[in-house]
Amino acid sequence: MGKHNHPYIPNSQQKIKNEMIREIGIKNIDELYADIPGKYKLKKNLNIPQSALSEFEVKRHVETLLSKNKTCNDMPIFLGAGCWPHYVPAVVKEIVQRSEFLTAYTPYQPEVSQGMLQDLFEYQSMICELTNMDVANCSMYDWASALGEAARMASRVTGRNEILIPRIIHSERALTLKTYAEPVGIKVEDLAYDKESGQISLEDLRKKVSEKTAAVYIENPSYLGFIEEQAEEIGKEAHSHGTLFIVGVDPISLGILKPPGDYGADIVIGEAQPLGNSMNFGGPLLGIFACRDDMSLVRQMPGRIIGLTTTLSNDRHGFCMALQTREQHIRREKATSNICSNEALCAVASAVYMALLGPQGLKELGETIVCKANYAMRQLSKIDGVKAPVFESSHFKEFTINFDESGLSVKEIHKRLLQRKIHGGKDISKEFPELGETALYCVTEIHSKAEIDRLAEALSEILTGG
Amino acid sequence: MFKQASWEEPIIFNLRREGRKGHIPPKLEEEIKKAVGEADTLIPKSMQRTSPLRLPELSEAEVTRHFIRLSEMNFGVDSGFYPLGSCTMKYNPKINEQLANLPTIAMIHPYQDESTVQGILEILYALERWLAELTGTQEVCLHPAAGAHGEFLGTLLMRAYHKMNGEDGKRSEVIVPDSAHGTNPASAAMAGFKVVVVPSDEEGCVNLEALKAAVSEKTAGLMLTNPNTLGIFEKNIEEIAKTIHEAGGLLYYDGANLNPLLGIVRPGDMGFDIVHINIHKTFATPHGGGGPGAGPVGVSEELAEFLPVPRITYDGEKYRLDYDKPHSIGKIRSFYGNVAVLLKAYAYILSLGFEGLKEVAEVSVLNANYIMHKLKGVKGLTLPYNSRKPRKHECVFSAKPLKSETGVSALNIAKRLLDYGFHAPTIYFPLIVEEALMIEPTETFEKEELDRFVDAMQKICEEAYNNPEAVLKAPHNTAVPRLDEVKASHPKTMALSWRMFNKRMGEIEVLNK
Ligand SMILES: Cc1ncc(COP(=O)(O)O)c(C=O)c1O
Repeated sequence: MGKHNHPYIPNSQQKIKNEMIREIGIKNIDELYADIPGKYKLKKNLNIPQSALSEFEVKRHVETLLSKNKTCNDMPIFLGAGCWPHYVPAVVKEIVQRSEFLTAYTPYQPEVSQGMLQDLFEYQSMICELTNMDVANCSMYDWASALGEAARMASRVTGRNEILIPRIIHSERALTLKTYAEPVGIKVEDLAYDKESGQISLEDLRKKVSEKTAAVYIENPSYLGFIEEQAEEIGKEAHSHGTLFIVGVDPISLGILKPPGDYGADIVIGEAQPLGNSMNFGGPLLGIFACRDDMSLVRQMPGRIIGLTTTLSNDRHGFCMALQTREQHIRREKATSNICSNEALCAVASAVYMALLGPQGLKELGETIVCKANYAMRQLSKIDGVKAPVFESSHFKEFTINFDESGLSVKEIHKRLLQRKIHGGKDISKEFPELGETALYCVTEIHSKAEIDRLAEALSEILTGG
Repeated sequence: MFKQASWEEPIIFNLRREGRKGHIPPKLEEEIKKAVGEADTLIPKSMQRTSPLRLPELSEAEVTRHFIRLSEMNFGVDSGFYPLGSCTMKYNPKINEQLANLPTIAMIHPYQDESTVQGILEILYALERWLAELTGTQEVCLHPAAGAHGEFLGTLLMRAYHKMNGEDGKRSEVIVPDSAHGTNPASAAMAGFKVVVVPSDEEGCVNLEALKAAVSEKTAGLMLTNPNTLGIFEKNIEEIAKTIHEAGGLLYYDGANLNPLLGIVRPGDMGFDIVHINIHKTFATPHGGGGPGAGPVGVSEELAEFLPVPRITYDGEKYRLDYDKPHSIGKIRSFYGNVAVLLKAYAYILSLGFEGLKEVAEVSVLNANYIMHKLKGVKGLTLPYNSRKPRKHECVFSAKPLKSETGVSALNIAKRLLDYGFHAPTIYFPLIVEEALMIEPTETFEKEELDRFVDAMQKICEEAYNNPEAVLKAPHNTAVPRLDEVKASHPKTMALSWRMFNKRMGEIEVLNK
């Protein structure tokens, strides 16, 4: 194919280039680079692939590499922990491949971008319905960065700089929060949990929350899969100190679980990847960010927000970006966040997903998941040397499983599971040393009874010395 | 002339018909139901959802039609010329989409055992190496989800570096030129820095004297795009780098404008210590109407130890994820980056190779200068900052004369361009150009389309003098005419969700119908 005339570069044909060069009145393209000091110009070939490959060669090459991966089609995978296997309906994939959406930029020219704007407005609106909040932005990068932004927002709103988070939190989120909080001097402190139930210790909360606390943050379901039942009391305790209450959610649970808006949340964040987005080895993800209809909150929100409006002639409705004066392109260093490009197309996927499932579908799905996860816990805890779950609380789709009594490490057990073409959950023995040899397992609607049974059989085989 | 579809498509909630079903979720096996009982016995009563869930209820066909109609009211790169300056709206190869949708990437979990994800790790590892090579940096981190996320990481790396040198708190200022993108000062502020702005000189480049006056022992670093947002190469880059480095600061490269330099000049060779790349610009991955993109960060050897964990390593046999980095700044997000996007960049580099990428750069510059040349001399437009100097990937015209002579502004030109079936250029940016029209054609549009665009620009400027109403009232051919953007942000009429709108019904009269 050679250097010139590449299918992605229509003017790479020498004849056309010559025409343009002549028109501009230069001798060659090098002249256009004449102001770059010669010493900086590359004089060698770079150590990357040299020549263009044909489309077929690229396809072959990438497919061959990717075929080295084992997917959840090849073996049951019981991993969750921030990225979850759920079924993505065909319609969702079809819509997000529409090139009018896929190849557009951020809708800066609303008149020619009504499609995307309405999609995103509908996404925001459906997230509000799901969480029972009033305002949602059209996405953050992921749950972890949404948590960082929520902490900073709470600090701006309250003028305080301490935030309380549960000890039982994903280490990726805790680390990200620290990264976002530290530069502005926000102090992050853990809340202890009850050893039996995993529930946040209200006693510890009462000890730590004060007039200095910007926000109390909880998750529902918690990182380790159980439902935090004292959510309402925690929120009340926070509010009694003028502290904001932030709740993190897995939105796929909200067809059956109480939405945070019902128990006093001021800000809701979470991960919407389960709603119509594939796992993709952990990215892109889709951070939820929502709050109450309170202008002192709304004006401090990070990220793009789409609003409903009318035409100037007031004879038809339409959509455009709203409250842009919060954002970096206008407010620069005083902006509420630096976020610019976000995860818009993932939000479109989620909008389509929520519209397809509807209230009935999400309820049914939630019920299916909670039943399957509970079934798995039951089957696994029948095995000698296994405790599942570790905490005596209700669980949604993830649960802990402890192997202390078996005498084997999680690592060893998972290795043997893998030999049997089953992928165990996440080994959390290092994240939570106090829980011993414990793993976090995830069961969703895609795990069949047969697969769960196969897991139980394999585990009991392994633990009985198989 | 262009005519965009203009469906009066209701908001999806208004299409709702109680009981309609759009999807049957996977079924629960009877045996499981028998074993565990009803779902509501598994969740404490107090935590069950009791408030109604007011989501749409539609059949699959209706959902599909709704969103397809919406897509028909959206303009993408595949629809037509999209000269949105600074955004590098190039063609997004279709093969990359196919590859990124394979189950062998879509259906793998980030915590899978390393032995089961060697394929994707190999791709990511190679991409890191290629991007390091292309930017002249030592190590690349693929985690950032977008350019601004990369900037945040970059400024955090500055902090970590100065802290390591015992200058924590002392190096408190980040310098940005007045032509910088808004994310630069916003990112520096997020990382806890005070932002110091330096003006541009009459050539549109960093004012060296002002820069020298601005640096001090408080300087943590300078954030710069090169070529800058005027499309002009910062010819004093050597002196700039020297000034910053001698003051003990670090040089940050905002890679939004890397496209014209691919294979020609590398940021690392110009003295930049930290570089972010907008994968969704330079490496042809689609913008998705506002993301997801990816904003990898490359750094010099000195800074590599501070990069987020995990790092991908290769021992000649196996790829691994290494978390053991005691000086790492930690994490800026979950997992390892926007992998599905990064895969497309990998395929893109293969599709072009070094030679092809160089061609990308050269033709992007040729196209920009071609448009600039053709638009120079159009009545009403000027080309501020040395109009004889070649530009790189983009050129920025000013419609200031047109506005004062006819009342037609850059905004009006932008809206009128939509009528001709072109996306508008970026307008009112950079802030140092009044009535700015920032035009970036990229390498992926043919000369004929560039000529049509130039014709349209000429016609619009003529129209401004002869028949300004046609321009002032534009657009006419889009899904909707001009919108009331003030109303959308006014506290009384603001409706940021369907429920908020319902609460405030009456404020926006037309919607009451
Ligand atoms: C010059 C410049 N810098 C930074 C950014 C931010 O990039 P992103 O939108 O990927 O966060 C942009 C994008 O608009 C840009 O044009």
